[in-house]
Amino acid sequence: MKTKRFAASAAFALAGSLALTACGGQQADSGSAGSSGGDAALSGSIASDGSSTVGPLTSAAAELFMTENSGVNITVGTSGTGGGFKKFCEGQTQVSNASRPIKDEEKAACDAKGIEYQEIVVANDALTVVANKENAFLECLTTEELATLWGPDATGKVTKWNQVNPKFPAEDIKLYGPGTDSGTFDYFTDEINGEEGASRTDYEPSEDDNVIVQGVAGDQNALGYFGYTYFEENESTLKAIKIDSGDGCVAPSADTARDGSYTPLARPLFIYVDKKAFASNPALKAFISFYIENDAKVAEAAKYVSLSEDQKKTAQEELASLG
Amino acid sequence: MSAVTADQAMPRTPLARAAYGEKDLRSMGFLVVLWLCLAFGILVLAVLLVTTFLDGRERMDGELFTNYTSQIAPETAGARAAILGTAWVILTTALLAIPIGVAAASYLEEFASTRSRFARFVELNVQNLAAVPAIIYGMLAAAAAVAVGIPRNTVIAGGIALALLILPVVIVATREALRAVPQEIRQASLALGATPMQTLARQTLPAAVPGIATGTILALSRAMGEAAPLLLLGGLVFVKFDPNGFLSGFTTMPIQIFDWAARSQVEFQQLAAAASILLLVLVILLNGVAIIIRNKYATAR
Repeated sequence: MKTKRFAASAAFALAGSLALTACGGQQADSGSAGSSGGDAALSGSIASDGSSTVGPLTSAAAELFMTENSGVNITVGTSGTGGGFKKFCEGQTQVSNASRPIKDEEKAACDAKGIEYQEIVVANDALTVVANKENAFLECLTTEELATLWGPDATGKVTKWNQVNPKFPAEDIKLYGPGTDSGTFDYFTDEINGEEGASRTDYEPSEDDNVIVQGVAGDQNALGYFGYTYFEENESTLKAIKIDSGDGCVAPSADTARDGSYTPLARPLFIYVDKKAFASNPALKAFISFYIENDAKVAEAAKYVSLSEDQKKTAQEELASLG
Repeated sequence: MSAVTADQAMPRTPLARAAYGEKDLRSMGFLVVLWLCLAFGILVLAVLLVTTFLDGRERMDGELFTNYTSQIAPETAGARAAILGTAWVILTTALLAIPIGVAAASYLEEFASTRSRFARFVELNVQNLAAVPAIIYGMLAAAAAVAVGIPRNTVIAGGIALALLILPVVIVATREALRAVPQEIRQASLALGATPMQTLARQTLPAAVPGIATGTILALSRAMGEAAPLLLLGGLVFVKFDPNGFLSGFTTMPIQIFDWAARSQVEFQQLAAAASILLLVLVILLNGVAIIIRNKYATAR
């Protein structure tokens, strides 16, 4: 009886000491390298955090890079664009993923900590407005119609489709969209309603885009918006609405997003790179160069739209300005 | 007596038997409502389990255990980093929560006077802390990590957050276990000349181990499924190396599942379902261990 009890307490102690002996610290942002080329001698770690939209892109780049440079550890977190900048400006990450440009107050936070950075556009996304595949009347919407539908004044008032356009039937409107923490929400409200964060509030918000897919797929009169990849994966149940910003209806696609004709909902995706870390960490330098040079492969793996010729040139210049 | 015989003469449907002879319409109706509530709960759970299993069955393979997550090849991606990360974080949690929790409970139960204001203040706080939302502990751990100067998304920070989360549960379970130890054991020990500390370390605590172990394991299995505080700390979603220390970056299974489930590709959703099943099995196993410990000591006594 007594020995049993001691065995149990001994087991606890043993588990503890085992874990302690296994302890070996490793800092997250140190880097060292034998040669600055793309050789296997590269080692070190790179931390990145930020937008969950850009996360898969940086993950894909990291994965491709690490197959060639197995000594480098790259981690990606998805705290959101704002959360990512917060860590970036505290010096906890060296690469920040963003689905919108840095805001003034975030700049100030970086300045206060002496963090210098370079913004690089790494891919394009087309914010896609989707309706149910069975919907007969929604083919093309003008930006004014979208503003009528999504504007803050529409809350509780615009509830039937014929209020958006008299040609539409008097069916109930059911709306799905990203939650207010999302960079997608920020971008859409800025472009369509003219002010970031200004949106009607009586829609079904979700941080999980798959919920928006389910919602729109289940209701003939529903409408929602999200990144192009979610539409691509669900083309069998959803249809993309063409957008008319004054020059006729344009459907979202890789080409229209790249050449800029899908306006105003085509958006660039950014990474922000810590200049000091870039200079001192050869692994980071190699990784960012790899990211830009292999842009097409990276974008394909993450199912985004790769850079156009001009964008790629700009990205290479931005890379060169990092030193 | 006549009422009883009338009762016995009634046709005995299972419903009537289960209701212990209550036969008026209102109590029957209430019983049916209760059964429907139970059925609803079980049905929802069954649907959830079955659909998760169907979604994830194709990915319940070896690669789930051996491979890291992958953006390029989601069809062969796995949860290796998440499984090991969960193990590391839960071990850290146990190392922090068990000694502190057991010590605090021993003080409150064995040494502190019930009259002392300090003890009552601590007791009230322990009870209140048990009801604090998990994410608050994440914020606290994040603040602590920043104050000490370690990166937030490290195993140790995650362990601190989860340890704070389960500490009240560990303290309450330990106090219950200590209270169940017969007073005579302490008295005998003291009468034989042992100091109060020796009594606690050699008699009372060992006698309370089964209760402490059961409560602690259940608390740890709760911590295992927790994502919110770790997400707040910036738990990573893309890790392609094994965690190798308390200051190593990490991901855990709930975080990885959360990330996969929100992806657009079907492969990731299958992975999320498969990993959910794995997590469920691990939690059931842990709870099973707790039950075995409890039963073993119950019969031994």
